[in-house]
Amino acid sequence: MSTRLAKGGRLLNRGKPLDFTFNGKNLRGVEGDTLASALLANDQMLVGRSFKYHRPRGIVASGAEEPNALVGLGEEARFEPNQRVTTTELFDGLTCASQNHWPSLEFDVGAINSRLARFLPAGFYYKTFIHPRPFWKHVYEPIIRQSAGLGKAPRDRDRDRYEHFYAFFDVVVIGGGVAGLQAAKAAGAAGAKVLLMEQTPHWGGRAPVDGGLIEGAPPENFIDRTLAELEAMENVTLRTRMMGAGVYDHGYLLGYERVGDHQPDAHGPRHRLWRIRAGQIVTATGAIERPLSFAGNDVPGVMLASAIRDYAVNYGVSVGDRTVVVTNNDDAYRTAITLKQLGLEVPAIIDARPGGGGALAAEAVALGIRVENGRGVAWVKGRKRVEGVEICAQAGEGAALEEIKCDAVAMSGGWSPVVHLWSHCGGKLYWDEAAAMFRPDPDKAPTGADGEGFVRAAGAADGQFDLAAVLDNADAAGKAAAQATGHKPQDTAAPKAEAKAENPIEPVWMMPQGASIKLRMKAWLDFQNDVKVSDVQLAAREGFESVEHAKRYTTLGMATDQGKLSNINGLAILSDALGQPIPQTGTTTFRPPYTPISLASIAGEARDAAFQPIRKTPMHDWHAAHGAYWEPVGAWRRPYCFQRPGETIEDAVQREVKATRDSLGLLDASTLGKIIVKGPDAGRFLDMLYTNMMSTLKPGRCRYGLMCNENGFLMDDGVVARLDDDTFLCHTTTGGADTIHAHMEEWLQTEWWDWKVYTANVTEQYAQIGVVGPKSRKVLEKLSDDDLSAEGLSFMGWKDIELAGLKARAFRISFSGELSYEISVPAGQGRALWDKLLEAGAEFGVTPYGTEALHIMRAEKGFIMIGDETDGTVIPQDLGLHWAISKKKDDYLGKRAQARSHMTDPTRWKLVGLETLDGSTLPDGAYATAEGANANGQRNVQGRVTSTYHSPTLGRGIAMGLVLNGPDRMGDVLEFPRVDGHVIRAKIVEPIFYDKDGEKQNV
Amino acid sequence: MSEAVSALNRASRDGFVRVEECGLQGMVSLRGDLDSAKLAKAVTAAAGLDVPETGRILASEGRSVAWMSPDELLLIGPYAEAEPMRTALDTELAGEHALAVNVSDARAMFRLSGRDADVREVIAKLCPVDMAPGVFEPGRFRRTRMAQIPAAIWMPEPGEMRVVCFRSVADYAMTLLGNAADKGGEVGVFA
Repeated sequence: MSTRLAKGGRLLNRGKPLDFTFNGKNLRGVEGDTLASALLANDQMLVGRSFKYHRPRGIVASGAEEPNALVGLGEEARFEPNQRVTTTELFDGLTCASQNHWPSLEFDVGAINSRLARFLPAGFYYKTFIHPRPFWKHVYEPIIRQSAGLGKAPRDRDRDRYEHFYAFFDVVVIGGGVAGLQAAKAAGAAGAKVLLMEQTPHWGGRAPVDGGLIEGAPPENFIDRTLAELEAMENVTLRTRMMGAGVYDHGYLLGYERVGDHQPDAHGPRHRLWRIRAGQIVTATGAIERPLSFAGNDVPGVMLASAIRDYAVNYGVSVGDRTVVVTNNDDAYRTAITLKQLGLEVPAIIDARPGGGGALAAEAVALGIRVENGRGVAWVKGRKRVEGVEICAQAGEGAALEEIKCDAVAMSGGWSPVVHLWSHCGGKLYWDEAAAMFRPDPDKAPTGADGEGFVRAAGAADGQFDLAAVLDNADAAGKAAAQATGHKPQDTAAPKAEAKAENPIEPVWMMPQGASIKLRMKAWLDFQNDVKVSDVQLAAREGFESVEHAKRYTTLGMATDQGKLSNINGLAILSDALGQPIPQTGTTTFRPPYTPISLASIAGEARDAAFQPIRKTPMHDWHAAHGAYWEPVGAWRRPYCFQRPGETIEDAVQREVKATRDSLGLLDASTLGKIIVKGPDAGRFLDMLYTNMMSTLKPGRCRYGLMCNENGFLMDDGVVARLDDDTFLCHTTTGGADTIHAHMEEWLQTEWWDWKVYTANVTEQYAQIGVVGPKSRKVLEKLSDDDLSAEGLSFMGWKDIELAGLKARAFRISFSGELSYEISVPAGQGRALWDKLLEAGAEFGVTPYGTEALHIMRAEKGFIMIGDETDGTVIPQDLGLHWAISKKKDDYLGKRAQARSHMTDPTRWKLVGLETLDGSTLPDGAYATAEGANANGQRNVQGRVTSTYHSPTLGRGIAMGLVLNGPDRMGDVLEFPRVDGHVIRAKIVEPIFYDKDGEKQNV
Repeated sequence: MSEAVSALNRASRDGFVRVEECGLQGMVSLRGDLDSAKLAKAVTAAAGLDVPETGRILASEGRSVAWMSPDELLLIGPYAEAEPMRTALDTELAGEHALAVNVSDARAMFRLSGRDADVREVIAKLCPVDMAPGVFEPGRFRRTRMAQIPAAIWMPEPGEMRVVCFRSVADYAMTLLGNAADKGGEVGVFA
């Protein structure tokens, strides 16, 4: 039984009990508990099921490396799957549930897989579910999807807040153990601006549990003192509950701060993602203990030796009354000694090393603990909890010598430095044969822009395990980091420390070393993904020699813990199976984040109203209040139409077109791009940008222009107004405003840098309103004393007027074929003008219209639309726009490209109008079929629809399209098959359907 | 004549920092040769200020001049004075190659006020700029990115920050700044 001890638990506040539930069961912990320690204190040894075989799983670790104990945490809008109980701080009212079982944790049907394990080896899925082919999609995949996955996806909208924070430091130290504290102090004392972050709520790391002496006193003294010193330094920032998640190029570093996880009722963000620029990074990330690979090492109650020690010392929790320690190094003796001193039984220490341990072993023996050298664990008895171990000779094949009754097994296969952050951005490792671990290679650190390393490892993360060496090493790393960022380290020595001398580790990758297949099939490497020694050996036999291939074949290290416990053991087994040394096998790639971070923290502020910037015109609120059905155009929202109560979208569009053609429509055209181009060379510049001649435009006049890119393709169009001799106002499409402005600046800054031209994007300075329809002049004349007659402001002219008391500019231009004006006023007066026009237009039945009515009216007139008639492959000549291409100019952007053979090919599809024989509306993008099939067996085509609408004016479908030899085939009938197979027949006609002579706009 | 209105009509939100839209401000964009004496004279005539150094803003008596780019300045003043400022620039720069344009209505301005450290934090949540005291101080002018939109920031004085963005995204900017300033979100780094 695991239970709370009567005394102890240095992180606990026993006076403050906290209630929580696990699978609906009411349990109680105390303040300072992690969810893991609280579960263990309640004898909840079984906490989940493994991914593949649904084996019973218990807590195995005490920190971020935990592979097993994942729960669904919280409920509804706060539910989050796959949360590690070891890194979850307990709070009052916490609810959680175990995962990956049905119908219950105690009785799980899926556990049948475990009985079938012999038939479910590595690669089973790949081998089995491949035939017959159609079965994958319809039979296998649905079943596998059903049974796969650990946690459930949340169903409700996350109710918490998240945010980013940009920060800049000279030196960032990751890890707040004694090494991190010393490194931060050394760097801080040198005057560097330092951030020290620690992923847990506590400073000091493992040292208070592991003991030793610093300056002759327990490590706590050093921790408290150093912390006080750091807090007193103004140039040092300290953060707990913040993990170094990833190291990226040029000192970019992500820090994941769990601000609110432990206090869910507090105001404020739940997680804060720090986006840090660091001059130097010191990784003082410690080390992770390795499991040993013996049969039954996954039974709940088998734990890392360090974890059992942590639970006892930090949380006053005993995992069992009788704990057998099994090890290949001296460190695990600390667990035995700790437990014994707490009054718990340690029936035996099983040391795989024939020579046994050093000073710590002597201490254990002195405490009366039985030590068995050269022995191993052959088999763990029990299923849902440990009942005992069979011990054997480590050198043998696993014949049981003796069974020892126990409730817990503390295992230690040695320690692996946490090299993840070192490795994220390209830091290399070397294999330290004597210490049996991969260590950061200081000669191959991740390098910054200057070619120098910007990451330094310190302490255990650098492979230092002796307390004195840890402090020396960390002190040096802190000083070096400060120096590298231009600071002068102080000439001080690291604190003196002493720890018991240890005998060297002897690598044990399999226990016993000659374990039979029966034992190897129960010796787990990856606990979460159920990868055993036998699976990796099978992968090697089947030719998966690359560690990356073996990983993917067996799924070793692919679980949510990313192999923090399993990777080194797994690649050692692989190396052994391949008969090659470990460094030759190498490691898999370490990728950020170090442990999973919440997706919401990555999204940060970008959610709900701040998900995406939506650009709003000055009249936006009016539109919203009057039934606007929105259409996104670029980042703008424009009304597609204004729906009246009871009206369909189609009805609304048809009504808006009719009302405008019959009387008066209003269009919010504020989103159109408006770019001022000024300077002595402005005319010359625009002549290069537009296909037609702009320099000859007279002040007071407007001209429609086409803009092509250097490949000749049409990219934008719009009306250019000449404001004065030096100044033009170029209108662009809504979506084109920013890109065309950038296009202008690029040419001015790179090619024509000596031309005297300045541009300014004034799109948002003006609200612009289209006043459109036969009554448009009448309504303007009601509001203005200026001469707006056919002569006073002629077609394609502009003038400054006073309208409804506002200074306005009126452009007499038309995109609808009607008598039409565009009125622009400063944006701050846009809404006022809109209201005035509505009021004055009431007697004419003024009708605000949206983008769809605009589209229909322009299509009825055969006006092209960028993005409909063009798609980046269309040149103006394809669209019959020769009239807008100057023959007089020597050059313009796109001119040479348009002279290339492919561009002048007479078989390029050309713009025509299309009139369906039955009056129906062609589907958008439909293709006109031709005889025969192409090389791929597809039907040949001879044209496609680019714009298609039901015209309320004509009462029939109209369309434009690009057709092979189209302009020469007037009257020909084309066939357009619909997706449902029905064929629509349409006649080729001129693309102008309405008022061909333009009489309506010339009044 | 109708009163011109700003994008959010001086809306405000109170968190650990107060965020308010400033109402319409006069802003004139000036492009030209920043090294020329004539331009310097024109700026003085229009705003009573010199041409600022790279990345700086100068302010006096309700007017400011900010460095926008190697050939662009932004003159800021009361809304009603934008046109007079622009006219003054045009007059002084007659015959020179320069462009002065009134952009008052194209922009929205926000004022953040509170404890100096807090005001800095709100910006540091949204802009990739080192907002630490001693690094970003009054007199600095920075064009940057605020979450997903372009913005410019400066500190008229400790405990006060100004943000300028495009008018069309004023709503988004208000949401960003208001959320970042929500109580409980204090970071406590610059304190």
